[in-house]
Amino acid sequence: MPEKTLIQGINDGLRTALTEDPSTLVLGEDVGKNGGVFRATEGLWEMFGDHRVIDTPLAEAGIVGAAIGMAINGLRPVAEIQFMGFIYPAFEQIVTHAARLRTRTQGQYPASLVIRAPYGGGIRAPELHSDSTESLFVHTPGLKVVVPSTPYDAKGLLLAAIQDPDPVIYLEPMKIYRSFRQDVPKGWFEVPIGKARKVQTGEDVTLITWGSMVSMAEKAAQTALDQGISCEVLDLRSLYPLDEEMIITSVKKTGRAVIIHEAPKTAGLGAELAARIHELAFLWMESPVERVTGYDVPVPMFALEDDFRPSLQRIDRAIHRVMTF
Amino acid sequence: MLQRMDRVDRQYILPEGELTDAGRNIWNEFSKEKKQAFYRWMVQVRSFDRRLVTLQRQGRSGTYAPMEGQEAAQVGCALALSKEDWIFPSYRELGIFMVAGMPLKQIILYWMGRVEGNVAPDGVRVLPPYVPIATQMPQAMGAAWAAKLKGERSVSVACFGDGATSEGDFHESLNFAGVFQLPVIFFCQNNHYAISVPFTRQSAVPTVAERASSYQIRGIRVDGNDVLAVYSAMEEAVVQARQGGGATLIEAVTYRLGNHTTADDATRYRDQLEEKEWISYRDPVVRLEMLLKSEGLLTEAEIQDWEEHCRDVVEQAVKEAESAAGLPPEHMFDHVYEELPSDLRRQREELSGKGKKHA
Repeated sequence: MPEKTLIQGINDGLRTALTEDPSTLVLGEDVGKNGGVFRATEGLWEMFGDHRVIDTPLAEAGIVGAAIGMAINGLRPVAEIQFMGFIYPAFEQIVTHAARLRTRTQGQYPASLVIRAPYGGGIRAPELHSDSTESLFVHTPGLKVVVPSTPYDAKGLLLAAIQDPDPVIYLEPMKIYRSFRQDVPKGWFEVPIGKARKVQTGEDVTLITWGSMVSMAEKAAQTALDQGISCEVLDLRSLYPLDEEMIITSVKKTGRAVIIHEAPKTAGLGAELAARIHELAFLWMESPVERVTGYDVPVPMFALEDDFRPSLQRIDRAIHRVMTF
Repeated sequence: MLQRMDRVDRQYILPEGELTDAGRNIWNEFSKEKKQAFYRWMVQVRSFDRRLVTLQRQGRSGTYAPMEGQEAAQVGCALALSKEDWIFPSYRELGIFMVAGMPLKQIILYWMGRVEGNVAPDGVRVLPPYVPIATQMPQAMGAAWAAKLKGERSVSVACFGDGATSEGDFHESLNFAGVFQLPVIFFCQNNHYAISVPFTRQSAVPTVAERASSYQIRGIRVDGNDVLAVYSAMEEAVVQARQGGGATLIEAVTYRLGNHTTADDATRYRDQLEEKEWISYRDPVVRLEMLLKSEGLLTEAEIQDWEEHCRDVVEQAVKEAESAAGLPPEHMFDHVYEELPSDLRRQREELSGKGKKHA
């Protein structure tokens, strides 16, 4: 099996879908000749041509609106928004139309499409390029939201998203686009949407996270283990639907949970996760749920981004708080 | 206002009910049945539109957006389309929906706040009303793009009003359509007001149609109360789109004779004289009626008969809609996702009273 980075996994997923499914096409800004600003679509334009890998005008609402129209008329568009921080012009098309078209037409037009967007910080990107506003989309009924954290999942989740009958927001943690390689099978395979990944098994605390925070959680788990604390690490992969079963089974076992995400704290997905744990596993809990998140401030320019993003030290402290409650 | 209106590229039936020379050439090619069909549709649309207003007044349906005065624009537009064509309408498109084949019962259900009213029968390619302004435009463009990529001959039509031309979606859609030469028709009914705000406040450019040149697409401004002018402009745009000639922006200049919605009072912002002039001088139905009468294709008795027939049809649809069984509350979960996630199943059970007491 070829070893690939996460972004190569995405590229492989797109290539596989374009090869296997003639109704699939890719559209967005700089996705064609340039191969995407991060090279996610590298080589696809040369391979599939101008009608399957389409450089569009610079217009996010136009891109997503066109993708919805294409889906209505039987295609499977994969739209790229260059950075999550630039998705807002398309917000109305996503929230008002993509998310609701199935309901509004009672299943007649399900808006089966994928919207890809790099998200999160940690790469010293220019101002306004580092948003993690996934909870805006998780909060919108009718959408599915997925985030891969490994090259294998990047491909498998993307193919599952393209195959999915519902609109899927596919968020790419750009911090780890190239941070490690992994064997990624050739051909079509899917990682089911709605299933979390148990990164490691543990007994004392459940660390719940996704995206580029997964490797951070693994490091924190290692530090904790050195101090005799055994952490179970869950990579949600699917932010909606949530794999409640894995989450609840895990926290019932450990009795403690620390949720880690880059997004600001208030009304971030951690709040929903804490509430669900409260609703479904309260009597099993040994301590209140802890959240380690971005602060409730606009994502700072990159000089301060490391102070904004959850750090190992903050995660360690949270683990100690739940252990000593 | 009316002077501006006179500067249209195309007017075939004059307000007095007389054909222009160019109009006569086209009109004479039509069969008697086709000529009558324009009229019959327009009368039926008006009859139904008025009924929907009274249903709201009687508390039997919700807020309604009447379109009286725009019958020629909507009937002329929709009659130029084929079954394979896609329609992306706004919320003030009763005539478009009716001609496209949306059953009256469905339309009433929609205004009664029932989602079943959004579902078009098989083979009727009309999307539900787009309530936010101009958002249907990029989707119509996208559907046209798909048709082009698949090598199909269908065209897409986005229907919108003059207010929509101020939205970014208007610009983005026309821009994409120009760049990719898409088979889409942007059909603007310029009824002069976006709720209360006059067109002069939407645009410093005096017409909608001339904005087409910014996108290298064709633009045409027609008398929107002249069904023949609208129909022929649409027909040309459809042919051009089907032949790979790209998009057209049609501006049909018209006037909404009633309020923005049943919750609006147009006397607060419109000049009474202006309204009167449109009603007494430019009514699209009266104009066509005069023409048909002068050609011996319509008698007073036939008018009475048809109006009565329309009322009967509408009453029958009202009866059907009002007696249609309502959906159970749990139905709101039925089409959110193809397969309901487990947390939504739990919420559905909670709604139906079958769930656990907590969570």
